[in-house]
Amino acid sequence: MTQKIDLSDIYKIAPHHRFQWEEAQNCYVILFPEGMVKLNPSAGEILNLVDGINSVENVVTLLKEKFNDAGDIEKDIISMFEFALNKAWISKE
Amino acid sequence: MTTLNNGVESNITQTQPLWLLAEITYRCPLHCAFCYNPTDYADHTTNELNTDEWIKVLRDARKMGALQLGISGGEPLLRDDIEDIVTEANQLGYYSNLITSGVGLTEKRIDAFKAGGLDHIQLSMHDITEEISNFVTDTKTFKLKQKVAAMIKDRGYPMVLNVVIHRYNIGHIKEILEMAEKLGADYVELANTQYYGWSLINRNQLMPTKEQIDEAEKITNEFREYIGNKMKIFFVVPDYYAERPKKCMNGWGEVFMIVTANGDVLPCHSARVLPNIEFPNVKNDQLNEIWYDSSAFNKYRGDDWMKEPCRSCSEKENDLGGCRCQAYLLSGDAEGADPICTKSPHRHLIDQALEDSKNEILQAQPIIFRTDKNSKELIQGEHKERLKDFKAMP
Repeated sequence: MTQKIDLSDIYKIAPHHRFQWEEAQNCYVILFPEGMVKLNPSAGEILNLVDGINSVENVVTLLKEKFNDAGDIEKDIISMFEFALNKAWISKE
Repeated sequence: MTTLNNGVESNITQTQPLWLLAEITYRCPLHCAFCYNPTDYADHTTNELNTDEWIKVLRDARKMGALQLGISGGEPLLRDDIEDIVTEANQLGYYSNLITSGVGLTEKRIDAFKAGGLDHIQLSMHDITEEISNFVTDTKTFKLKQKVAAMIKDRGYPMVLNVVIHRYNIGHIKEILEMAEKLGADYVELANTQYYGWSLINRNQLMPTKEQIDEAEKITNEFREYIGNKMKIFFVVPDYYAERPKKCMNGWGEVFMIVTANGDVLPCHSARVLPNIEFPNVKNDQLNEIWYDSSAFNKYRGDDWMKEPCRSCSEKENDLGGCRCQAYLLSGDAEGADPICTKSPHRHLIDQALEDSKNEILQAQPIIFRTDKNSKELIQGEHKERLKDFKAMP
């Protein structure tokens, strides 16, 4: 059940979920009832910008700037959004 | 982002107590036939940790990387300091969960929990019928639970329902799921009874048949298709009908840490039944030393402790030999393979249990409910007849 992501979409961390940096784990995590996921660095960087203000396009632009566009990261970012939406970690603003 | 077992990452290089379960009191107004609390809990109801001691546990565990906090029991709401504990948990950055029967959850308390930053409440429900719900808990709590469910929803909490499944309610899975939908549940855990503590001594009365479990799983899958993402349904498969054991607690001393009412620290809920282990206590030792250095936490960590058939088994990484408590409770050998495994020399004990559960004479025996009186009697060695098949029960 993959939902389509538009560049103009604005997402936030879904209700009942919490996204935070974990010093002890040295990574971002997402927490929800009965579960937690440690995120790899790129997933963490993406979700860190999912704040109910940035559009998907903004997230792409910001990350391209930050990492000086290491190749075509747009596709990877969109698939991360799809993945997170499918997991119900994020929801539309 | 490999995920496993409720989303816990699998490739952890160093053990870390990501999940902290605070079994904050063994006192409970309910007397559930399937309770996994130790049958000798009555010995541990008068020496509970105080608020300051719990707060120190929370701080120390958080420093070690603990993230998910379950506040459980017994019934945690029998303590009047849960408000202080959830507030501290929130400030420390835990994702906190109150695991409750609902008894004692008032408007005033739930508002205080909300203000303190409690993240969610897991409510136990038992059946759609008042008769069975009241019977299996040995209380009159059915209507109260319905009211509490509405209160949880009203405060904007995610509604997490936990339903322990056994012979008395397994025929009502569809109706239970419909009730959950009506209550607006976000998560439903259909937890097939695991046989420890009280549920073990009532096993013949509680265990459903294979056909009932298959049917329940089928109905659950159909309901999942219908409800989609709106309600997440976990169906916890009972291991007695499996051929391989579960990777119990995701491994001994790997990611779970349980601090019991009196401050003992355990790697799993029922570890105290195991022989020849002295479990450390937070009143005497530092939590990080307990987790990393204590002989109790290292005893079954990894796979060095294994003997055959586990030691040379090509599947040992999948389940780490299963559950130590189950191995001991059923076979008397804590280092042996979990008898669930068809490679275990003790598998016949499971097959016998499955046969016994079909025996109408055994089924008709009275249930021993989780009460202080029954606990004291079990400690004193009464009910011996009933217990003789379970080698290590007190």
